[in-house]
Amino acid sequence: MPEIPESTALELYRKMTEIRQFEKRAYDLFMQNLVKGTTHLGTGQEAVAAGVSQAMADDDYMFVTYRGHNHVLARGTPMTQVMAELLGRENGLMHGKGGSMHLLDTSRGILGAYAIIGAQLVIANGSAWSAVYRGTSQVTVCFLGDGATNIGAFHEALNLASVWQLPVVFICENNQYMEYTPITSVTAVPRPAADRAASYGLDPVVVDGNDVEAVYEVAQAALGRARDGGGPALIEALTYRHGGHSRADPGKYRPDDEVKEWLARDPVPAYRAVLTGRGVDPAVLDELDRNAREAVDRATEEAKAGPLPRLELAGTNVWADGGNAWRN
Amino acid sequence: MTVITYRDAVTRGIAQEMQRDPSVVFLGEDVAAAGGVFKTTPGLLEQFGPRRVRDTPISEQAILGAAMGAAMTGLRPIAEIMFSDFFAVCWDLIANEMAKSRYMSDGQVTLPLVVRCANGAGLRFGAQHSQSVENWAMAVPGLKVVAPSNPRDVIGLLAAAVRDPDPVIFFEHKGLYPSRGEVPDGEITDELGRASVLRRGGDATILALAAMVPRALAAAEKLSAEDGIEATVVDVRSLVPLDMRTILAEVARTGRLFTVEENPRLCGWGAEIVSIVAEEAFGSLTGPVTRITTPHIPLPAADRLEDHVLPSVDRIVETVSKAL
Repeated sequence: MPEIPESTALELYRKMTEIRQFEKRAYDLFMQNLVKGTTHLGTGQEAVAAGVSQAMADDDYMFVTYRGHNHVLARGTPMTQVMAELLGRENGLMHGKGGSMHLLDTSRGILGAYAIIGAQLVIANGSAWSAVYRGTSQVTVCFLGDGATNIGAFHEALNLASVWQLPVVFICENNQYMEYTPITSVTAVPRPAADRAASYGLDPVVVDGNDVEAVYEVAQAALGRARDGGGPALIEALTYRHGGHSRADPGKYRPDDEVKEWLARDPVPAYRAVLTGRGVDPAVLDELDRNAREAVDRATEEAKAGPLPRLELAGTNVWADGGNAWRN
Repeated sequence: MTVITYRDAVTRGIAQEMQRDPSVVFLGEDVAAAGGVFKTTPGLLEQFGPRRVRDTPISEQAILGAAMGAAMTGLRPIAEIMFSDFFAVCWDLIANEMAKSRYMSDGQVTLPLVVRCANGAGLRFGAQHSQSVENWAMAVPGLKVVAPSNPRDVIGLLAAAVRDPDPVIFFEHKGLYPSRGEVPDGEITDELGRASVLRRGGDATILALAAMVPRALAAAEKLSAEDGIEATVVDVRSLVPLDMRTILAEVARTGRLFTVEENPRLCGWGAEIVSIVAEEAFGSLTGPVTRITTPHIPLPAADRLEDHVLPSVDRIVETVSKAL
């Protein structure tokens, strides 16, 4: 494969280090009880979000799972808005109304993060259909986890996408665990996404989800084909969560040697090694790390300084008129 | 003016809106080539083409998901779920997704979509194809809910639903499909959140919905002829938004409130209305409220049994005259 331009490579690295540092800060803030409820961190899975988002056009649509901070940040949603949403502040992305699992930024085509597993797949078909109907070249990218391959909506979504030949690319981040349970113990086939592709007339595609350039290349090919009218794709990206399923989960059900093996394949230092091996000055990468840390610090301060939401926001925007009236 | 059937009114309503607005699209099972299992959508594929009128697989979640994603990105979809009972199959999309997306994003998302279905009993289809489930939708914040009782309201309320910027669940009654009614020529519009007073009488106020409306009207005629009781009959039409202004005014005129509900007893739309009346208009009541409903049972298939449990004209007459 031809080497990607250095500017693109540095973009990929920048996205990954920003996500890495943001998620670390989110973890710390949760431990300080500033992030309430729960949150599902994407630490360890940065390469998938960075590689795919880099391959997307500005007006493409994106659907993500409740483990969606990575992807939303990679598409350029400001850190402050995401951090403030986690802290339940009015300057949050959704003014504190949605929370960590439901990030949504229509200004960037991010049509939402979804907490009900599988829902986003069937909804993604809708934005893809809409693009075809309106005659645009927009592609819809839809992320899912390995666990989602076993839920009914997966089957319905993939079948319809194929029958209607929709411009939608489904990307399964297989982090080996369906919440607390190894995916292989609950799935009838070894590769939860790839081994189902043929059922929908699609090619099985498996990629090392921790190799950001491999992800980028596979994504470019699938998005390009969809954009040219070639129909949907299903990609299985192999990766691993560094932490538990959610903040409440320390992840002790995973064997130590397995965790060690995957930590050794951490995508962020791995890509640093690739780039320095190509002759990129480590100081350039250090500066990207530093910028990321400063951006996270700024976002943290702006989020902490954000106002608690006005009480009336609890009643806003059930309806398009901004209100919630159900009677006269 | 012409007389058309309720089922032809569905076709005409969808066609009216699709003609008016090119962003309106229509999808469902057997809706295009076959014209609908209840023959409610013949000719639409021929008139508007396969780009706008689409047959889907048997995939209720995918149907509603596609409608929601399209509504988020510039289209105004009408999605058919063949039988309202099947809402149970795609309830996540209705209750968790389309009802909540705008709220959770505090206004970034607008969902101008309509989900239409065939609701109700009387056709001997048995327990899983005969339910009245409008109360399921009424109970979820973020959904507008309408249920027309006659052809003119089918067209007008469907137009209102399509033009509304929020998700509207449109409950057609399958037993009413062959019923006939007058409709004016030309474009027909209406508004959500408005009940219709169909008959005025000073002795009792009877609220009814969908297929119970003609039964309530027939009962009112019998009450007048046989018992000298004059009843007001109100077609509720819209559960969300709910026209409490009209309902409270009509209850105040008579002091006696009756509901006629096809749904099983618990948590029907009538339960909510009588609760509001008890809270806000207790002083206007001159006697207890009475809900006339199907018992709290699944529906039997045998015709004799089904007819026995649904509120009949005779049961309405007997209940009202006994109460007064």
